Amino acid sequence: MTKGTTRLGSISRRRLLTTVGAGAVLAASPFRINLAQAQEATIKIGFPVPLTGPYGTEAQDQVRAAQLAIAQFNDGGGLKGRKAELLVRDDKLNPGEAATRTLELVENDKVNFVVGSLSAAVQLAINNVTKERGIIFNSISQSDAINQVPDFSKYTFHEALNPHMTAGAVGRYAFPKFGKKVAFLTADYAYGHEMVRGFLEAGKAFGIENVGDIRHPLGTTDFSTLLPRIQALKPDILCISNFGRDQQIALKQATDFGVKKTTQIIAPLLSHASRVAAGPQAFEGVIGGCSFYWGLEDKFASTKAFNAAFSKMYDGKMPTDYGALGYGGVRTVLAAVKNADSVDTDKVIAALEALKYDFYKGPQYYRKCDHQSVQSVLVIKSKSKDMKNASDVFEIIATDEPNEANLRSCEELGHKA
Amino acid sequence: MDGLSFDLIALQLFAGLALGAIYVLFAIGLSLIFGMLTVVNFAHGAFYMVGAYVGVYILMLGGNFWICLFAVPLAVGLLGLVVERFLIRPLYGRGIDYPLLLTFGLSYVMVELVRIAFGKTGIPFDTPDILQGAVNIGVGYFPLYRLFVIGAAAVVLLALWLFLEKTSFGLVIRAGARDPQIVRVLGVNVAQVWLIVFGIGTAIAGFAGLLAAPLQGVIPEMGGTILAEAFVVTVVGGMGSIGGAVLAGLLVGVVVSMTSLFAPEMGKVSIFALMAIVLIVRPQGFFGRAGLMS
Repeated sequence: MTKGTTRLGSISRRRLLTTVGAGAVLAASPFRINLAQAQEATIKIGFPVPLTGPYGTEAQDQVRAAQLAIAQFNDGGGLKGRKAELLVRDDKLNPGEAATRTLELVENDKVNFVVGSLSAAVQLAINNVTKERGIIFNSISQSDAINQVPDFSKYTFHEALNPHMTAGAVGRYAFPKFGKKVAFLTADYAYGHEMVRGFLEAGKAFGIENVGDIRHPLGTTDFSTLLPRIQALKPDILCISNFGRDQQIALKQATDFGVKKTTQIIAPLLSHASRVAAGPQAFEGVIGGCSFYWGLEDKFASTKAFNAAFSKMYDGKMPTDYGALGYGGVRTVLAAVKNADSVDTDKVIAALEALKYDFYKGPQYYRKCDHQSVQSVLVIKSKSKDMKNASDVFEIIATDEPNEANLRSCEELGHKA
Repeated sequence: MDGLSFDLIALQLFAGLALGAIYVLFAIGLSLIFGMLTVVNFAHGAFYMVGAYVGVYILMLGGNFWICLFAVPLAVGLLGLVVERFLIRPLYGRGIDYPLLLTFGLSYVMVELVRIAFGKTGIPFDTPDILQGAVNIGVGYFPLYRLFVIGAAAVVLLALWLFLEKTSFGLVIRAGARDPQIVRVLGVNVAQVWLIVFGIGTAIAGFAGLLAAPLQGVIPEMGGTILAEAFVVTVVGGMGSIGGAVLAGLLVGVVVSMTSLFAPEMGKVSIFALMAIVLIVRPQGFFGRAGLMS
């Protein structure tokens, strides 16, 4: 008897659950259809960048300028009324974190495209996820590996410069001027290693001598134990290949140690945001490369328009180098969407490959074999006097015009011609 | 490695001691608070960061670095008093993990408040004009400002030692650390003693943050890295031992410096390797009292 009642009770309970469950599905279904339509309506761009950590300052600029590209696209009517949306995620400058966030963006948020990253290593982690899922990824930070065959895929685009181009431009400018004995202070990860290789390759033509490469961990806050060793090497040129807060602190402490008295300091990349955060003293006289400086507005109408739109959106602030990359990375993808008249991945890839654009820094295009954006490299010097405003921090002292000859050849990268 | 001269090794040793002085200055407040109150202050890095930002604020108001040297420890110490009185005091007698968790959460709150007030990006902090440049110390050039930091650390240590060892209030503090119950029975207001100790510890943290600002600039997250290093120093020196913190701080500086000379990329790891070795050989640290954590 007891058994029977239990069974009876359990059956009715199950029935009840089934009914309720079916009802819930029925009730939810119209809503779910709406939701699916809404998802189709906006074009979602995932944007993983290291908002926290040593590169946080630069990452925040990337977000700001990317939002501008989104706003311009939407104000221009979007894709036949379909608006774009930026989904910003903090990758914490950690490849594992970035891969997880990207996977979530792809799987849960159903993003159409991914743009972002600010690390040579982290972008490869993001790229691994996107290429496996067949999602276009436009990387906006420096890497050589991303152009090369093991990492490259047809979904991979690279709006940023790569270390080969950047170190090449700076090296070709500096080596003939300041001397042959070159020492390196290098962040011990992909970015630093690739920059040093770029400098050494560019230096071959000038017969430079590598007197020592001192490597430091990412996120070092004190360089006082490395600088005496570097000074003992008595170099003519010291290449400091690190980024963000590492660069700020390294330059500040190198200045304190009096390195600048005997040695010209060069950096593959001088970050605008870092220069502002560290002040003129630390960066004084330092020469380096960059992909963008707002001062280009004297030369290009596109720069002038970008600067004006950015400063209108952000209380008169000028865009920085990495900000411009955030803008360029998102704007090129959205321009390709418009040209393709679709968000279909293959159509957008074809449109990106066909794109000849001048959105913020003069003419650019994506090379067919590795999707590297062929563009100019600026060689800049930090200003410490005659500054007109808070953004007036660099002067452009040389320019490498866009030229495929400054890139490694497609064959060198492992691509079939 | 070529160019490994006697001068270089001597300079490297000196750089290590200078770096050690910064570690000592930071760890000493942590050690003081732990030794006297058995509070593991995870917000110590946040007080350090606040010290740097108070300095930034004073400079913004038109003050100079010398005013900061006095105003910053005062302001951060006052903040410490408030934190002890209203947040930590209710947790005494409830086990070591309560104040630990509280200060851990507090550090997040402080960092976030500073981000709201001053922004997430770094703020430049120039070395004061007369302390700029490098001077010849016999074996090579060394930044004048770093010499100043060594001097400042020595002054703070001396003052702290005199206060604890030579004043009657210091005697009460030391007695309170040994056996709070007896001291209380003797009619001393132990709560007040702990309040002041916490204030002194945080004031020194703020002072260290100010001194670090011209070395590395100011950013809301600046307390994070140094907190990990300071814990290594206090653990190696022995939790709660001030003499231990001094010796361990200098040792850690020298170990980092010498490792950097031969294997620069190992500099950061060497700190933790040293801690692991000390913990295996002597679990209570150099001068630690066994069982303080239990």
